Amino acid sequence: MNHHVAAESDQETISPPRSGLLLFVLYALFYVGFVLINAFTPELMERVIVRGLNLATVYGFALIIVAVLLSLMHGWTQRGNQKTLNTRADSE
Amino acid sequence: MIYDPSPTAVVVFFAFVGFTVGLSFYLGSRAKSSAGYFAAHGQIPWFINGVAFAGDYLSAASFLGICGMIAAYGYDGFLYSIGYLAGWIVALFVIAEPMKQLGQFTFADALDARFQSRGIKATAGISTLIVSVFYLIPQMVGAGVLIQPLLGFSHWQGVVLVGAVVITIVVTAGMVSTTWVQFLKGSLLVVFSGLLVVMVLQQGFTSDVTSFEVMGPLAIDDNASDELIATQLKRSLYQVADDAWPNESPYIRFAHQSGGGFDAYRKQMTEQGLLLLPCQTVSSRSGQTLVDGMPLGRGDEQRELRPVGHLTKLPKEFQSGSSASANSTGPLGPIEFLDVLRRSEVMLWSSGTISHPDGTATKIYTAKPTSGNKILRPGEHPRFAGIREASWSGKINFLSLMLALFCGTASLPHILIRYYTVKDGDAARKSTIVGIASIGCFYVLTLYLGLGAMTSGALDVTNNNMAAPLLARSISPFLFAIISAIAFTTVLGTVSGLILASSGAVAHDILSGVLGLTFSETQQVRVAKMAAVVVGIAAIGLGILFQGLNVSYLVGWAFSIAASANLPALVMLLFWRRTTAAGIIASITVGMFSSLGWILMSADTYDKVYGLDPAASIIPFSQPGIVTIPLSLATLVVVSLFTSGRASGSAAA
Repeated sequence: MNHHVAAESDQETISPPRSGLLLFVLYALFYVGFVLINAFTPELMERVIVRGLNLATVYGFALIIVAVLLSLMHGWTQRGNQKTLNTRADSE
Repeated sequence: MIYDPSPTAVVVFFAFVGFTVGLSFYLGSRAKSSAGYFAAHGQIPWFINGVAFAGDYLSAASFLGICGMIAAYGYDGFLYSIGYLAGWIVALFVIAEPMKQLGQFTFADALDARFQSRGIKATAGISTLIVSVFYLIPQMVGAGVLIQPLLGFSHWQGVVLVGAVVITIVVTAGMVSTTWVQFLKGSLLVVFSGLLVVMVLQQGFTSDVTSFEVMGPLAIDDNASDELIATQLKRSLYQVADDAWPNESPYIRFAHQSGGGFDAYRKQMTEQGLLLLPCQTVSSRSGQTLVDGMPLGRGDEQRELRPVGHLTKLPKEFQSGSSASANSTGPLGPIEFLDVLRRSEVMLWSSGTISHPDGTATKIYTAKPTSGNKILRPGEHPRFAGIREASWSGKINFLSLMLALFCGTASLPHILIRYYTVKDGDAARKSTIVGIASIGCFYVLTLYLGLGAMTSGALDVTNNNMAAPLLARSISPFLFAIISAIAFTTVLGTVSGLILASSGAVAHDILSGVLGLTFSETQQVRVAKMAAVVVGIAAIGLGILFQGLNVSYLVGWAFSIAASANLPALVMLLFWRRTTAAGIIASITVGMFSSLGWILMSADTYDKVYGLDPAASIIPFSQPGIVTIPLSLATLVVVSLFTSGRASGSAAA
C-alpha cells in the first residue's frame, strides 16, 4: 500500500483550493442567515416577497439554487487544477 | 388503511430487483482485487459517480421521510431538504479533493495518512461502524414499512428479503455493482419524481369539504355538557358499558348514523363558538383492532381508517356556486401552485393517545383546518414548534439540528468512500458537482411532491412515510408501481453502500490496520465479504427489532454522530498543521460518545424509545450537535497542543 507517500509531500497541496474556501464561507453565511431568521424572527418568514411567495419559500429555493450555481462556478474556476493533480498522481 | 397488494407493483418490483442482482453478478466477474472491491478500481466515470452520490444520499429517509413530513406538516419537512443539501457544500468545497488525495479505500485511510497510527485506524473504523449501523437501522425499518402495503408481506419478511438481496449485491461485486445500482436508482428517482410533479401541477387543486366535515361553530357555553351538544346537533351520544373511555376528555363521540361504532370529534372553543373537529380512532382491545369502535376490516360490521389529505377551501377566484360544492383550479404553474396553496385552507392531522383505565390505549387522529399561510412557513411540526415559543431551548434545539445537517453530510462514511471510486481529485470534484445538481433538483421536487400528497386525498393517517407512493397511486396505478419499486431500490442501494463502508472498516481498518493481520489481496476481499454478511445479518436483526421507530428520527441520530465524531478531525487535519494523532483519536472518541450519550439521554428518546416521561431527562434539548461538535473540536485542539511537543513520537505510535 503506497498511500502514505502522499503524506510525505508538502502539506499545502492537500488543502482545498482557496477560491473554494471563499465560496464555502459565502454559502455558510447565506445558510446561517436563513437559520437565524427561522430561529429568532420566524414571523418574517411568512411575509410575501414576490409573486405570492413568502420569504420561507423564496429563501429556501434560493439556498438550493445558489448551492448548485456555486458548485458549477467552482467547477469552472478549478478547470486548470487538473494538471497539478495529475502530476501528483504520477509522482506517487 | 388496508392496502391491497397490486400485481403490477409486484411485477415491476421483482423486475427491478432481478435486473439489479443480475447486473451485480455480471459486474462481479470484473472486480476480484481489493482495489476493485472497495473502490471499483478508481475507474468509475465522474458523471456516473456523481449520480451515484445522489443515489447514495437520497435514501429512504430522504425520499419517503421528507415527502411524508411535508405532506403532514408542510414547510418543516423542507427544512431537512435545505439542510441536507447545504451539507454538500461542505463536502464539495472543503472535503472532496483532499479526501481523494489522502486516502485509498476508507475514511480512516485519509485521517491516518499523515500519522500511520493504529489508534486512528481503530477509532475511525469504529466510528464508521457506529454511524453506518445507525444509518442502516432506519433504512431496514423503512424497507419493512414499504413492503407491507406493496407485496402484502409482513414487516420481518420485508426486512429479511431486502437484507438478503443487499448482501447478495455487496458480496458479488462490492463497489462496482453498488455504484451502478446507485446510478440507476439516482437517475430513476429524479426522473420519475419530476414526472410526478408535472402531473401534480397539471392536476391543480380540488377542494373537498365532504370527506371530513367540521361541525359548528355552535353558540354554546364553554362548559356545556356532551348531552347538550348532542341535543343541539340532533345526534345521540355513543354509549357502551365496557368501553373504558375516560369520562373527562376533550373528545365527544356520537353513535354512527348507520351501523355500529361511533364518530369521534374533538371539542375546540373558538371566539365564534364551539367547533367539533373530526377524528379517527384506532384501539386495540382484547387482541382485536378497532377502528372508531368497530373491528378493522371492509365487511358490513367493520370499519377501516379513511384516507386523508384534503384541501377544504380555495382562494376566492376559484370558488363558484355554493361553498359545499367541489371547486377546482385546473392546471397550475410551479409558482402559482405555491401561491394558491398559501391562500387556501387544508385539513392537517395531528395524533394523540387516550389512555384507558384498563391499561389499553386509543390512538386518536384529529383533523384541523389549517390556513395555507401556516403550511408554507416553518414551525408547524412539533419538533420545530420551539422556534415560535419564547423559551431558548426550542430555538437552540433548532440551531443544533440545522448545524448537524450542515456538518453531517461531509462526514458520512458511505458518502466519503465514494471519493475513491473515481480516478483523481478533479473527477472527485466533478462528480460532487453532478451530485449536488441532481440532489438539488430532487429536493426542489420534494416540496411539490409533499404538498401534492398533502392535498391528494389519498394519505394514510397512521403512516406519513407512505405519502409519496400514495400520491403516485392517486394519479396512476402504474406510476405507483414504478415509484414503489424505485423506493425499494433506494433502500437496496443505500443499504449496500452502508454495508460496504462497514465491511471496509472491519477488513481494511480494524483487522489489517489495527490488529496487523496481513492479508493477500484475495484474502482481504474475502474477509470484507464475510464482514459484509455479518453486518448485513445484524442489520436485518436490528431492522426487525426497531420496527416501530420513526425513520427520519434515526437518520437525524446518524447525522449528529457523524458530524460530532468525524468532521472536526477531518477539517482540522486539513487546516491546522499542529494536529496530532492523539488529538484526532481523542476528538473522534469524545465526539462519538458525547453525541451518542446525549441522544440516548435526551427527552425525545425517553419519550419515543424507552416510553418514559420526557421531563425526567436531564438533557436540556434533544439535538446534540451544537454542544458535541464544538466539544469534539476543542478536544482535538487541547490534546494536540499537549502532545505536539511529542509529535514525532506520536506519529510513529
